[in-house]
Amino acid sequence: MAINYFDYLRKDKMPHIWCAGCGHGMIVKSIIRAIDKLGWKKDEIALVSGIGCSSRTPGYLDFHTLHTTHGRAIAFATGIKCAKPNLKVIVVGGDGDMMAIGGNHFIHACRRNIDLKVIVYNNNIYGMTGGQASPTTPQGYKATTAPYGAIEEPFDVCNMAIAAGATFVGRALDLDVPSMDRVILESFKTTGLSVVDAWSQCPTYYGRFNKWGSAADMMEKYKEITYNFRLKDQISEEEKKGKFPVGILYQTKRDEFCEKYELLRQSLKTKGEGA
Amino acid sequence: MNKEKKIKFLSGNEACGEGAIVAGCRFFGGYPISPSSEIAEFMSRRLPMVGGTFIQMEDELSSMGAILGASIAGAKSMTATSGPGLSLMQENIGFGAMGEIPAVVVDVMRGGPSTGNPTGPSQSDVMAIRWGTHGDHPAVALCPESVNEVFLLTIEAFNISELIRTPVIFAMDEITAHMREKVEILSEDDVKIVNRKKPKKEPYLPYEYDEDDLVPPLPGYGEGYRFHITGLNHDKTGFPTNKAELMEQGNKRLMEKLERNKSKIMKHEEFMTDDAEVLIVAYGSSARAAKRAVKDARGKGIKAGLFRPITLYPLSEESLRNCAKRVRKVIVPEMNLGQYLTIVERVTGRVAPIVPINQVDGEPITPQKILSKIEE
Repeated sequence: MAINYFDYLRKDKMPHIWCAGCGHGMIVKSIIRAIDKLGWKKDEIALVSGIGCSSRTPGYLDFHTLHTTHGRAIAFATGIKCAKPNLKVIVVGGDGDMMAIGGNHFIHACRRNIDLKVIVYNNNIYGMTGGQASPTTPQGYKATTAPYGAIEEPFDVCNMAIAAGATFVGRALDLDVPSMDRVILESFKTTGLSVVDAWSQCPTYYGRFNKWGSAADMMEKYKEITYNFRLKDQISEEEKKGKFPVGILYQTKRDEFCEKYELLRQSLKTKGEGA
Repeated sequence: MNKEKKIKFLSGNEACGEGAIVAGCRFFGGYPISPSSEIAEFMSRRLPMVGGTFIQMEDELSSMGAILGASIAGAKSMTATSGPGLSLMQENIGFGAMGEIPAVVVDVMRGGPSTGNPTGPSQSDVMAIRWGTHGDHPAVALCPESVNEVFLLTIEAFNISELIRTPVIFAMDEITAHMREKVEILSEDDVKIVNRKKPKKEPYLPYEYDEDDLVPPLPGYGEGYRFHITGLNHDKTGFPTNKAELMEQGNKRLMEKLERNKSKIMKHEEFMTDDAEVLIVAYGSSARAAKRAVKDARGKGIKAGLFRPITLYPLSEESLRNCAKRVRKVIVPEMNLGQYLTIVERVTGRVAPIVPINQVDGEPITPQKILSKIEE
């Protein structure tokens, strides 16, 4: 049965603030489809964000929604999850929010393996503030604060998450909807910290500054610099060089923070009764 | 059955933890920092025993964020820190003020600025706890002078934060935090516990406040009300607005909310002020020294008295004014370079000359030092 997206959207908050050609709406729809498929009730979902274009997502969705300070979404979400572990807690934010100002919270949430579903809307630039360089702006690419091209090496969101201990890590492109749906759905099924590096083109700044053309042209570029992770063994190392794998990149099983904490409470209770 | 009094010999930091548990605190997110760390240690032992959660966060930015998140989800929440950590928490203290989220922030004051004097006492955060976060916001801060008072006022801090939905600062200094004294541990049945208002009206608008106290009700996430919280200026629906009149109304209400409920919040102690000719205005451990100085001065035939603000903010301004009117001299001893002095000057209008005693050497202000100023 077709999804009625407006069952999940706050219709009166439309139109959204995102530019024509921005990929953020594609990610939101994929999130909705995953929630719908899993049959989660709106009352059991908390959606938390920081500051930036992507962080306006919670305003549009009819869940318990929290639009926090820049970079701190994961911290607020951690408190929510601890206080009400039965809530499904989704955290959304941009590459600046998650990798720069919130980078410390990001890696520690991965290490802690608390059950948060983190989705990074990665457009390689600060959109809301006018196109400044972000930690995922590739070297040599232009931004308003990198007028001669970025000098620094960028972060790879997925490698960072894997290294820090996340239990599910995937990359999804807004141009490949079935693949994005699969990655986000599987991330939501994970108990523990999951990260999806969801690529979304920003034609307004990134595309314009770097002469990548329209949103459609940008998607073509994304195709050129990525490969399907499921086909990794069929692609030569030469072909993979400098390209980003897309799909479910890493999955493991580790004990989740809130579950471990509940076991601690129970063990103290048992001890208490015995005493 | 006669209840036996439960007496414990505790440090201020431990008493703070005991008070928090009695107040109903069930979430603590914190980051170690001297001289507050024993509070985190206490909560890490006790919270899992009472069904709560302790989490050691990666820094103070996230500690403050986590306690606000837990509070939104319905848990009474607390963190504890000292000057450098307080500086980092200021960002989300502002979010708590704007989003109207109850929480208690313990600041065990040490010397500053910067790393300063981590293990020495100080009262140098007195302006930071009032004005540290940017923008106009309501400020509530309590300051205990004894360990027993730490226990009682920690409960009070939670009550106030629940009553008016705003972060409350619990400002101890290192002396009060590490001093050990007798504490009577009261149970939740023996103290007044305030819980945040829950919505009664349908449809629920998250920032639709009651006219009498200007405080909107707050359901927890997952309790059947789906709503939005943002740090942006917002209207009654909770969603962002940039309409001039709504932004003005919202910002003003935050301040008026405190003003409207001030009489339920303000606390101060007057010690031998009735016939006093010299008035000392002191708070925290400096007030302990001042009390002794008052007694010693009286022993020497000088009529001295003490006005002790217990809520540094809001201050019982009228009471202070009345005390100051009757004296020939006001003395303000503080372990900083004259921060609360500016408030005393404003409130009293300098009806009597004001003599500051300022000390920033990491040592407590002695009764002798205060006495010598009384005698001058």
